[in-house]
Amino acid sequence: MNIHEYQAKELFEKFGVATPQGQVADNSEAAKEVASKLGSNIVVKAQVHAGGRGKGTFKNGFEGGVHLVNSAAEAAEVADKMLGQTLVTHQTGEEGKLVSKIMVANAVDIEKEYYLSILMDRESQSPVIVASTEGGVNIEEVAEATPEKIHKEVIHPLLGIQPYEIRNLASNLGLTGDAAKQFGKLVKGLFKLFMSCDCSMVEVNPLVTTPAGDVLALDAKFDFDDNALYRHPEIAELHDPTEEDPREVEAAKYDLNYIGLDGNIACLVNGAGLAMATMDIIKHSGGEPANFLDVGGGATQEQVRNAFRIILSDSKVKAILVNIFGGIMDCDVIAKGIVAACGEVDLNIPLVVRLEGNNVKAGKETLAGSDVNLISADTLADAAQKAVTAIA
Amino acid sequence: MAILVDENTKILIQGITGSFGGRHAQLSLDYGTKLVAGVTPGKGGQKFAETVPIFDTVTDAVVETGATVSAIFVPPPFAGDAILEAVDAGVDLVVAITEGIPVMDMMKVRAAMKDSGARLIGPNCPGIVTPGTGENSHGGCRIGIAPGYIHKRGKVGVVSRSGTLTYEAVYQLTSLGLGQSTCVGIGGDPINGTSHLDVLKMFNDDPETEAIIMIGEIGGTAEEEAAAWAKENCDKPIAGFIAGATAPPGRRMGHAGAIVSGGKGTAEAKIAAMQQAGIEVAQNPSDMGQALVRAMG
Repeated sequence: MNIHEYQAKELFEKFGVATPQGQVADNSEAAKEVASKLGSNIVVKAQVHAGGRGKGTFKNGFEGGVHLVNSAAEAAEVADKMLGQTLVTHQTGEEGKLVSKIMVANAVDIEKEYYLSILMDRESQSPVIVASTEGGVNIEEVAEATPEKIHKEVIHPLLGIQPYEIRNLASNLGLTGDAAKQFGKLVKGLFKLFMSCDCSMVEVNPLVTTPAGDVLALDAKFDFDDNALYRHPEIAELHDPTEEDPREVEAAKYDLNYIGLDGNIACLVNGAGLAMATMDIIKHSGGEPANFLDVGGGATQEQVRNAFRIILSDSKVKAILVNIFGGIMDCDVIAKGIVAACGEVDLNIPLVVRLEGNNVKAGKETLAGSDVNLISADTLADAAQKAVTAIA
Repeated sequence: MAILVDENTKILIQGITGSFGGRHAQLSLDYGTKLVAGVTPGKGGQKFAETVPIFDTVTDAVVETGATVSAIFVPPPFAGDAILEAVDAGVDLVVAITEGIPVMDMMKVRAAMKDSGARLIGPNCPGIVTPGTGENSHGGCRIGIAPGYIHKRGKVGVVSRSGTLTYEAVYQLTSLGLGQSTCVGIGGDPINGTSHLDVLKMFNDDPETEAIIMIGEIGGTAEEEAAAWAKENCDKPIAGFIAGATAPPGRRMGHAGAIVSGGKGTAEAKIAAMQQAGIEVAQNPSDMGQALVRAMG
């Protein structure tokens, strides 16, 4: 799960992680008020999840989702041009994202930019803090080109962060004196936030020092563990469904694991591994998968019906491939779900079905005995080939 | 011999009175597995399927029945606690079937059980099957949620992160007349108890296992590590498959651990590492059984 910049700032403030002064606003009056408290040297930023805001363009012609202004009046003016408008960046796609909130904050003078993040490391099965003197740039490129500029501290999962680890980090960034002290406080707060909010990643890029001697988190990216959201209702509330693919939001309602892609062959599969493998084999056979869809190990007729509905809401879809290996799951349940779904929707594209496993005979009979027009396949390779051929 | 468990292994199930746990407990009993106890706090003294005693604590169950393996079917918020309880009760092996355990919980559980001597398989895994010698592999040890009937006792070891892909591989092997020594689902979570490498080592040391299928997917670098080890140390033929070549970067593909992030964990890198180690990589999931036949020469 992703959150907005202003929400990240609010979380930072709660955990004592220093950020530039500022506040969120959803109308120009409020923007003006925040700006008047800040004085001059102010930045106004559109709040959307997508990157590339600065270089984006609003559909009303206004250029840039990030603006520097010098007065409250100017801030209000910019706010008016952003709020309620749709911002298109290289990450939003041409449909863009509606901006309903803006952030009004101090534009800080930067002395030097750094990189700081905490992530859940699979290999060490521990939190790892990553720091670098190369901030404000793509850290993966830094790691590739100059790995010696990346410093890592593996934190003990049960003991938590130790003072010497903070000293190591500060020393590696070349921070001394008061800056090191401020940095220590910031890292401690960030680590506490990471652990107590079940984050899988918190990235501060850049972390900056200012000529005035402050150490501030200038921009942040969060990733929360979805499996732990049940114990963080306050974080679950930060979820903004308008930032997501509406098909994915709809699928989540029925406990379906759906990810929209760009191809034209839709698939419906049980099990995440098999669902990925089905996408792969469609591609391998010369087609393009339209989605990832795992209906789970215990799919009901109801779920299969809704899965079909969601798949067919994508106008790019030209064929459907159903691939079920019924280990414990009854193939006949799936077959009945398919028949029920096809009875409801007007299916006018080819449907390829491959059923195997538990009670497969009954399942195949159910399909054969219905008036659903489908192409039956024996193996996964056969199914993929038939789906590709059907739309050729 | 098989690895981890055999037809004599006594198992208990934590969460046996839940609908999911109960259903699979019954399927294991039907398979002929020595399911000797269940544990559900507050339901001690009752019986499952009129034969299997239920206890309030894992310690009671272990002391009374001599169970050495526990299968966890407890809901995610309580699963970490259940694993630690099983470890504390002194079982050798904990198999965590539960899907959706917070990663933070698993990280702490792993750190806490480091010196215990117990092994954890999973979480978010289909479990373990050592097939029996009866009809449809009846009489074996089935722990978890895999369909027992698709197996056949034999000499191929199977290790995988995915449930349905494991079944797919096992089904192909059985159809080709190739039986399995043990099939291990290590699970799809980013932090788990047992890696591909751990299982490869066990298969390499197991005299009954003559060939191995290793099934992986995008995310992490566990497959690469296993392949690097196999290149130097494993003298048995290995076939493999990696799912997720077409997955978009940065998205979690169903499994919490199936994500390509920062250019790491791609299918391409895993396949290359496996091929470099002399592993016969199946081009598509329909080809897993045949890939093993090719690997065995």
